[in-house]
Amino acid sequence: MARLNAQNVERAKAVIRRYPRERSATIPLLHLAQEQDGYITPEAMEHIGELVGATAAEVQGVATFYEMFKHEPVGTYLIGVCTNLSCMILGAEQVLEHTEKVLGIKAGSTTVDGMFTIEEMQCLAACGGAPCLQVNYRYFENVTDERVDGIVDALRNGRDPEGQSIPPHGTLSNITLPAPTTPADRERPEEIHPAPQGVES
Amino acid sequence: MSVTASQSVVFARMGDPEAHTIDRYVATGGYEGLRRALSMKPEDIEAATTASTLTGRGGAGFATGQKWSLLADAYPRYVVVNGDESEPGTFKDRQLMERDPHQVIEGALITAYAVRATRVFLYVRGEMALAQERIGQALVDAYAKGYVGSNIMGSGWSIDVVLHWGAGAYVVGEETALLESLEGKRAFPRIKPPFYPAAKGLYYQPTIVNNVETVSTLPWILRHSGEEYAALGAGRSTGTRIMCVSGHVKNPGNYEVEAGNITFRDLIYAPELGGGIRDGHTIKAFVPGGGSAPWLFEDHLDLTLDPGPVAAEGTMLGSGAVVVMDDSTCMVRAAWNLVRFYSHESCGQCTPCREGGNWMEKIMWRIENGAGRMEDLDLLLDVGQTISPGSFPHASNKATGLEATPWPYRMTTICFVGPSAVVPMHSALTRFRDEFVAHIEQGSCPVGAHA
Repeated sequence: MARLNAQNVERAKAVIRRYPRERSATIPLLHLAQEQDGYITPEAMEHIGELVGATAAEVQGVATFYEMFKHEPVGTYLIGVCTNLSCMILGAEQVLEHTEKVLGIKAGSTTVDGMFTIEEMQCLAACGGAPCLQVNYRYFENVTDERVDGIVDALRNGRDPEGQSIPPHGTLSNITLPAPTTPADRERPEEIHPAPQGVES
Repeated sequence: MSVTASQSVVFARMGDPEAHTIDRYVATGGYEGLRRALSMKPEDIEAATTASTLTGRGGAGFATGQKWSLLADAYPRYVVVNGDESEPGTFKDRQLMERDPHQVIEGALITAYAVRATRVFLYVRGEMALAQERIGQALVDAYAKGYVGSNIMGSGWSIDVVLHWGAGAYVVGEETALLESLEGKRAFPRIKPPFYPAAKGLYYQPTIVNNVETVSTLPWILRHSGEEYAALGAGRSTGTRIMCVSGHVKNPGNYEVEAGNITFRDLIYAPELGGGIRDGHTIKAFVPGGGSAPWLFEDHLDLTLDPGPVAAEGTMLGSGAVVVMDDSTCMVRAAWNLVRFYSHESCGQCTPCREGGNWMEKIMWRIENGAGRMEDLDLLLDVGQTISPGSFPHASNKATGLEATPWPYRMTTICFVGPSAVVPMHSALTRFRDEFVAHIEQGSCPVGAHA
């Protein structure tokens, strides 16, 4: 399956309705496609183009620009180790090396069982908890070799690492965002002064 | 009262683990700022914001009230909150979004009402799953309780707030790149002019782009007053701001401070703030305002956290991120690390940034690994000149008698990513040329261990 399925087309239409221009939904729809297939397929990009009024090439241009979009299968758990400055000076290169050793793969590759991918990440905005890593974009701060062992072991055995629930890579939040209540391209908003019925206090 | 004590403005709820829920938020004064705003005319909110002297906390430090006043007279017009925090060393907006998401939403609503916006977009960095969930749930609850959507708090005013999920690109932090991204395109910064999204922004309509911390300050200003906020701090650094302290300090973390009252020494060494350098080490260099900011050194510790004197010393407070490096740090490797970041994050539009950043990274990597040549040092400066011609900002250097060249730099690129790649190379090479030379002469890194 590579085009968006019927259920996801409905979700896609709800997303598109939040924006004044359909094309603004391109990135959210790519996330949707990635949740469905695990990565971004050419068919999905073509389908998204049809939904937002862009060519497949334009959608591909977007999908290849942003780093979260993958163009080949990745592991169920994407382990991203930050090696930016604050993390590097507090041992991130060792953490990355240890993670590679534990999983027997290099950063940028996936274990043969399809369970883990390692990625070297740029600054993850967790510098106060350096060195840090993410599993499917969930944070683990002040990590050590021992904690990497524990996280990997828990994931391998179907347990939540350190009590943190980690859905498979690509899974989107199950929160349904409210539909807009105002027209997308309305003109100057209503003036409420003097207030028609006064503001509640 | 200690000089480092600060009024809690944006971080007032940080000790409360339930602050992200709507009940706790409302019970602790939440949405009172919005209620107050809706009892005022939009012009009066803009005046209060101008009076508060609040400046943008994303990095550029533009006066918030003035930014609003630049809006072109056209509709629809938009408010976009920039939550794509990814400047190296910066981790405050994530904490605000995860732990006090309603405050972000309330601040965005106040902004939208003040500028008569027709829709609000919250652009949240894609890699922040928890922030996405917290803001998503906050929006669901705020709609349900009538704080967002139609006829807000019975006032007759309506607006929708859309949560937009990014997908990983540092350059999105540049506001025109963020708008391109929000239009569903590659995040290419736009050629200026038009200089301000307030004139031509999202879909080329008037748009206000404000940082998460900036909008999070507004509920407090509305509950108190612009003057009360302006009375905090001192000099050009009025109000409070969050400083992100990381690296080789004992207490890394985010600290809300009245920045104008304190120095870098206070921030890094005070026991209730950074707590000093880890035992057995001394400070070697620090990044004063995010990875894009030229470095400062021990001789600059007594500078006040004020944009004026900091700019005169050749750098900026930027995003408020201070990364401290002690004497165990290899300056070549530290600078290479940041050059690699900016080179990697180049969007590729401008040749000096795309090619120059890439070559600087390669040259520094070979120096770090003992394969450098003496002429590489001038070559690095030459590449820097191509991206950022003229004298590059740098701090004074007591050891060599070098005078400070004040901020800001010039550039041959559309945005600041290119010059930002020059910054760490130039800072390290200006101050620690002997360390670069030692790498080349010795044929290896004299520091060796990097942690």
